[in-house]
Amino acid sequence: MPQKTVLFDKHLASNAKMVDFYGWEMPINYGSQIEEHHAVRQDAGMFDVSHMTIVDLKGARVRDFLRFLLANDVAKLKTPGKALYTAMCTPEAGVIDDLIVYYLADDWFRLVVNSATREKDLAWINKQADAFNVAVSERPELSMIAVQGPEAKAKAATVFSDEQNTMVDGMKPFFGVQAGDLFIATTGYTGEAGYEIVVPEAQAEDLWQKLLDAGVRPCGLGARDTLRLEAGMNLYGQDMDETVSPLAANMGWTVALEPSDRDFIGRAVLETQKAEGTEELVGLLLETKGVLRAGMAVKVKATDGSEHTGITTSGTFSPTLSQGIALARIPSVEVAEVEVEMRKKWVTVKLVPPVFVRNGKPVV
Amino acid sequence: MSNVPSELKYTATHEWVRKEADGTCFVGITEHAQELLGDMVFVELPEVEDEVAAGDDVAVCESVKAASDIYSPISGVIVAVNEDLEGTPEQVNNDPFGDGWIFQIKPSEPEELDDLLSAEDYANTLDED
Repeated sequence: MPQKTVLFDKHLASNAKMVDFYGWEMPINYGSQIEEHHAVRQDAGMFDVSHMTIVDLKGARVRDFLRFLLANDVAKLKTPGKALYTAMCTPEAGVIDDLIVYYLADDWFRLVVNSATREKDLAWINKQADAFNVAVSERPELSMIAVQGPEAKAKAATVFSDEQNTMVDGMKPFFGVQAGDLFIATTGYTGEAGYEIVVPEAQAEDLWQKLLDAGVRPCGLGARDTLRLEAGMNLYGQDMDETVSPLAANMGWTVALEPSDRDFIGRAVLETQKAEGTEELVGLLLETKGVLRAGMAVKVKATDGSEHTGITTSGTFSPTLSQGIALARIPSVEVAEVEVEMRKKWVTVKLVPPVFVRNGKPVV
Repeated sequence: MSNVPSELKYTATHEWVRKEADGTCFVGITEHAQELLGDMVFVELPEVEDEVAAGDDVAVCESVKAASDIYSPISGVIVAVNEDLEGTPEQVNNDPFGDGWIFQIKPSEPEELDDLLSAEDYANTLDED
């Protein structure tokens, strides 16, 4: 029996088509995922992301703990509210999960981790936390709504109190603030401006309805996937997992090897991989008709004439570009030509950096 | 529950067939099929004058979710294709039994029409899903 978020009835009221998403009954779309996608690129859309796992970490040594647990360095977080994106790795440098960590106070950090990896994440975090005497508490009583798009902040402002508006006014990207009952963060998974709003369960339906009344369009997991893929953002379990190094998943920028005296889980292997080189995650653009899909075979011809193989890890039809796009993992070589096997035919595709659209504009 | 117009014939693979007074037939995919596929992004059409046999894959409906082969329900010659779908494939979603038609075929073995599913039989196959 799949779990339901507190917004389940709200989804049905907006004619959602519900699907099982890793044990959660979630909306895949409310009619047309392409229209929902365009709403986020051009106006404002909202997603129920209450299935995601919020974990609060408290203790005097919580910063030391996270500097050991995570591949990115929370020492970079100097202002309360500041957040960063990071991988949590195994000692072998496989990605256990990708997550956002917020610095709330010197003895209090907050993690937002994937729901599909909830159990293993909590087990791993708890196991490592013991030595640092850090208290790990999941916050299942909190719901989360992501409001995203060029008009998202303006529309959300009509719903916030004056006090909340004052608190979020001018807040830079990747910050979060507890404003009244809401924790409002300038984060997201779409490549657009907006907020992720953590709200007590009992108030979630009311907030959803107010946003709906403010003209924010409900969007399902279908649009969420095409938006994040256009923005070049990874999906855990697809673009990386415990068998993949963050260096081979376009997450090298989140792996903080400096300062060199910081010991963290996976460090030794990451240093070796960095020195020796890894595969890489690249963008592919289909310039002919069709749609790229996850799991397609990739052939890479290098400039020295050698041939290599790879695989698409995510693929879709990009509603913004009206073209097939994909992320693919390929060996790190000087690429001359890339082909993808689509429906038993080899098709030449264009190699691009793994980001296709940002702030509503094509970047490829 | 999907709409299943009673005047049409159906296949188990979710195509519909509408027989015209001149003996030709229009073919498309059912409302149920487009719901399963989600937003359509490309429709690959057959060529006019192609000779096809019942069960041949003749077109492809590619949605955000998947590419799905479209099989000709009957044998015959393709006499027209819905070129509008090249620019507006969403017509398959918005009006699957009307403007979302995919091709028109002149049957070479009209008796094959009798082997297709009635609306009632097709609706029953959906109940079993």
